[in-house]
Amino acid sequence: MGSGATQYVETVDSVMLYIVGISVVLLIGITAVMIYFVVKYNRKKGHKPENIHGNWLLETIWIAIPTVLVMTMFYYSYIGYKDLRNFPEDGLEVNVTARMWGWTFEYENGKQTDSLYVPVNQPVMLFLESVDVNHSFYVPAFRIKEDVIAGRVNKLHFTSDMVGDYDIACAEYCGLKHSMMYSKVKVMEVADFDKWYAETDATTDETNIETNPVDSTAAEIKPTGEM
Amino acid sequence: MANGTIAEHAKSFYEEGTSKKTGLLGWFFSTDHKRIGIMYLAALSTFFIIGVILALFMRLELIAPGETLMDAQTYNTIFTLHGVIMIFLFIVPGIPAIFGNFFLPLMLGAKDVSFPRLNLLSFWIYIVGAILVVISLFVPGGPIDTGWTFYIPYSVRTGTNVSLAIFAAFVLGFSSILTGLNFITTVHRLKAPGMGFFKMPLFVWSTYATAWIQVLATPVIGITILLVIMERAFGIGIFDPSLGGDPILYQHLFWIYSHPAVYIMILPAMGIVSEIIPTFARRTIFGYNAIALSSLAIAFVGYLVWAHHMFTSGMSDTARIVFSFLTFIVALPSGVKVFNWVATMYKGSIDPQPPFLWVMAFIVLFSIGGLTGLVLGSLATDIHLHDTYFVVAHFHYVMFGGTGTIFFAGLYYWFPKMFGKLYHTKLANIGVALFFVAFNLLYFPKFIMGYQGMPRRYYDYLPEFADLQLVSTIGSWLMAIALIIVFGNLIRSLRTGRKATSNPWGGVTLEWHTTSPPPLENFETDIVVTHDPYDFSQLEDMKNE
Ligand code: HEM
Ligand SMILES: [Cu+2]
Ligand SMILES: [Cu+2]
Repeated sequence: MGSGATQYVETVDSVMLYIVGISVVLLIGITAVMIYFVVKYNRKKGHKPENIHGNWLLETIWIAIPTVLVMTMFYYSYIGYKDLRNFPEDGLEVNVTARMWGWTFEYENGKQTDSLYVPVNQPVMLFLESVDVNHSFYVPAFRIKEDVIAGRVNKLHFTSDMVGDYDIACAEYCGLKHSMMYSKVKVMEVADFDKWYAETDATTDETNIETNPVDSTAAEIKPTGEM
Repeated sequence: MANGTIAEHAKSFYEEGTSKKTGLLGWFFSTDHKRIGIMYLAALSTFFIIGVILALFMRLELIAPGETLMDAQTYNTIFTLHGVIMIFLFIVPGIPAIFGNFFLPLMLGAKDVSFPRLNLLSFWIYIVGAILVVISLFVPGGPIDTGWTFYIPYSVRTGTNVSLAIFAAFVLGFSSILTGLNFITTVHRLKAPGMGFFKMPLFVWSTYATAWIQVLATPVIGITILLVIMERAFGIGIFDPSLGGDPILYQHLFWIYSHPAVYIMILPAMGIVSEIIPTFARRTIFGYNAIALSSLAIAFVGYLVWAHHMFTSGMSDTARIVFSFLTFIVALPSGVKVFNWVATMYKGSIDPQPPFLWVMAFIVLFSIGGLTGLVLGSLATDIHLHDTYFVVAHFHYVMFGGTGTIFFAGLYYWFPKMFGKLYHTKLANIGVALFFVAFNLLYFPKFIMGYQGMPRRYYDYLPEFADLQLVSTIGSWLMAIALIIVFGNLIRSLRTGRKATSNPWGGVTLEWHTTSPPPLENFETDIVVTHDPYDFSQLEDMKNE
């Protein structure tokens, strides 16, 4: 965990650690107390059971403490999440189009690719749209995801701190090749990116397109009206 | 609790039916709540086993990257069928249909439910729904491949047989509504003299809370399904954007039912836990009121959290924050229950028989399921984990580790009452232990894979997940062995088990005040309730009954 491909990754991982940490303590506590009682008050030992009907003080304590705990969890997760929804104004804007079963990325200068090329350390703003069914744009290494839905434009942004290639997966079931709808985010040095960006359309990576061949032999997708 | 006496030579409900018909017809036309409960048990167990077999094939396909056993389309229909069967044919009807039917009237001291014929109708409707699911597999178009959530637009566009399959879910909904209605009326009208609401056993409370959800939430899915069918048939454009509809609207309507449905699945199980712990600790339940009222709280707040399934859908930020907040709130009453259960073991006289061991397994597995739910309720982490294996692990821990485990706990607790036979205790203990190990081997790796970014509903996966997928598949084989032991033990006991007494565990709720198995009208004499539900001081008197 916490490779830190973006700042946001650290935020998410620390929220995760906070919630999981508390959870592990609770789980171990509950399990240990349960086992202790089962051993200590085992019938073989011949205790006479005591009928304790309840205790409102205890009842209050174990509502109050978890309430406080979950409110802190809510708070941290909300603070972390706010970063994700704080959209940059001067980022690189890319239109992302999902289809069965592949991605197209379109840049402001009209360039089209099917891997997402971005410069390092620079905010990237994505506008997500689908031409057919629901998909979901998911970059596990960045901890970000947003559904891609026909008829509406969803937004997502990230700023990558590290040059490298990161997987893009589709996280909303979309039929036959849902599991093969992988692509890459290619994070480049700014200079490399600028050079790539300035190149003419002819160099866009046509080669990648065949990694997602759309063949519809097994599941035929019919427009509408088929019972 | 009651001053009923048990006549030695009364006929059991197996020997005496409600109609003149005999043999299988005597069952299929029986309005006796106990026979109906047992028919549900047979039907639901059958579908559970079919669902498990489908899952074993899925796990086998996933044992290594690439194609192992089947093509992608087959895999997609199998995970859909697994989900549809497990949800609509097993876990939603689940505990209320089996144990609610059998034990609700018994625990209330009643002769039957309020509307016995309606009850039989519910069962028939269930069977019709199940038959429709089966037919949908064989008609042209092929078996449904949408996932059990039937998300639009995919479910409008796919050529597979969606309409018939979801119509089956529509029909099954009626069974659920009618059963709920019947239970609500029964609880209000048929409590034995002396039994007020706060003298009801907690299983009755939780079944009652569940019944309200069944009645109030199920119509929403019914309407939604009709709209989808109309959309597929006539292209009317409510949900499909290419027809001018809104796919997010579908998701809202779907989860407005399906989240409360999660509580339809788990609440009755919580009720059974609250029965088993006092019996084997031989002391009163700790925090009766807290447990009873937390059921109602869950039933109510459970309506208000549905959109936590949609945090990545593009909903407004305000909606995301509100639903995240409410999700954290709904976790609290479940926590209260767990604390009260453990406290009920304090200063008890604990005899960890198999039903109690199942409950211990439940407390651990359900706690893991519930606590990981907090991770998913939290916005920052859910965005990453939504629709990954983390969710798959989470809901199996809750539904299978929670409700499924208690389905077995209930079966092992009430088996002697239902069938009049005892099972093999050692084998039962081995079954629970193996189940627990297998379960964690099968599902825990999925939490890790989810955090590493393995999306759900994937036919194939990246090589980096191969090791954990393999562990999970090995877990599925162990699980198969555990389930064979668990079911095998009971089936064997039906024929060769020793005869059970009327009260093998020393329980005190009303069902233990009659013979095993009970007579047609449940009790030989009229019941008058004089004790609290978990008052074990009556145990001495009961021995003389
Ligand atoms: C031996 C037992 C079981 C095994 C091996 C198993 C395995 C699986 C697997 C591999 C998936 C697919 C995960 C994915 O990629 O999305 C799945 C999905 C699912 N399982 Fe199970 N499962 C078992 C029992 C159960 C039980 C008892 C229930 C419910 C009570 C259940 C409910 C579901 C549901 C609702 C889905 C989602 C289907 C969908 O995505 O549409 N499973 N299971
Ligand atoms: Cu997809
Ligand atoms: Cu939910």
